[in-house]
Amino acid sequence: MRTDDLVTMLSTGAADVEPSAARRRFATAIGWGALGASLLMAILLGVRDDLAQAAGLPMFWMKFGFVAGLAAASVVAALRLSQPGVALGGAPLGLAAPLLAMWALAGAVLLAAEPADRAGLIFGQTWATCPLNITVLSVPTWATAMWAMRGLAPTRLRLAGGVAGLLAGAVAAVVYTLHCPEMAAPFLATWYVLGILIPAVVGALLGPRLLRW
Amino acid sequence: MLVRGLSGDSAAYHAFLKALGAHLRAYFRRRLSRLPDEVEDLVQEALLAVHNQRHTYDPDQPLTAWVHAIARYKLVDLLRRRARGDAQTDSLDDADEVFAASDAEASEARRDLAKLLQALPDRQRLPILHVKIEGLSVLETSRLTGLSVSAVKIGVHRGLKALAAMIRSTR
Repeated sequence: MRTDDLVTMLSTGAADVEPSAARRRFATAIGWGALGASLLMAILLGVRDDLAQAAGLPMFWMKFGFVAGLAAASVVAALRLSQPGVALGGAPLGLAAPLLAMWALAGAVLLAAEPADRAGLIFGQTWATCPLNITVLSVPTWATAMWAMRGLAPTRLRLAGGVAGLLAGAVAAVVYTLHCPEMAAPFLATWYVLGILIPAVVGALLGPRLLRW
Repeated sequence: MLVRGLSGDSAAYHAFLKALGAHLRAYFRRRLSRLPDEVEDLVQEALLAVHNQRHTYDPDQPLTAWVHAIARYKLVDLLRRRARGDAQTDSLDDADEVFAASDAEASEARRDLAKLLQALPDRQRLPILHVKIEGLSVLETSRLTGLSVSAVKIGVHRGLKALAAMIRSTR
């Protein structure tokens, strides 16, 4: 087939295209992913008993804001990476901001604490299960975010896969805050971050294979 | 022209793709001076990609940046697949260069897309044949093939994506 024939073929009967496809796809992905994560959380883990009480504490909202901020920044980065020729702009900064804020808070908490209490602040009660739980909860959003990315046109596949995984981890962490009893900043700054990074690393590893177009 | 094409003006879209093909040809020819046989194949692959991914173009965004990113992605993809260490050191990063030159002389592609089309399953091949090649409407195609209207639309869409995937795997 000659190129002119291809051009004619492509333009013949070309249907109109809905604008802002990327936003709609990621909105769908996050909706279903968050629903899946919530169901998994409700079935496997259960909502924390004292949620109503915890919701009155500023630290609960700091924790929530931390992971919600990461999720929001990942969405922005994912949207930009999914469209050819769109620069990342301030997206990496948006990702770094909640992370650095939480690390700074964790550092301040550790400095203020008695040396004997520091290990307890870092490890909490659930350090061994927290990253794994977040990883499990990230599976639905991981799948839907990859689906969203695959239907768009990322040109930096490893980065795009990593950010899709990061988004999945952050959404999972948001849902996990409804179960997780840990409230210490050093714990969050370590194990939440680790749990969010696991799906991100898997995404970066599989991105080049899954996202080619 | 692309924006009008996106809203269903197929004459404008045809003119856009034709001009784009010429720019892509010049762009790839300059960068594939060692692989002149690949140029026309890559032009076709990139045009198909532009068409299949046109929903990722944001009208507020410079068209050159969008097209360049796609052209560059397809070029890098090709070079990566061929990577045998024959030093490809040329810089690929000049953003406006896709539109800097134009080469309207379409030579024959080595890969025959018409043959690849034949390999698609009927539910994709027939919609493409009737809608995209014979120029029938979706409704007429639906009556002719017994597929529903939405199945025809989906068949065209998925078929063109499958075509792009076949191109990748035949390299």
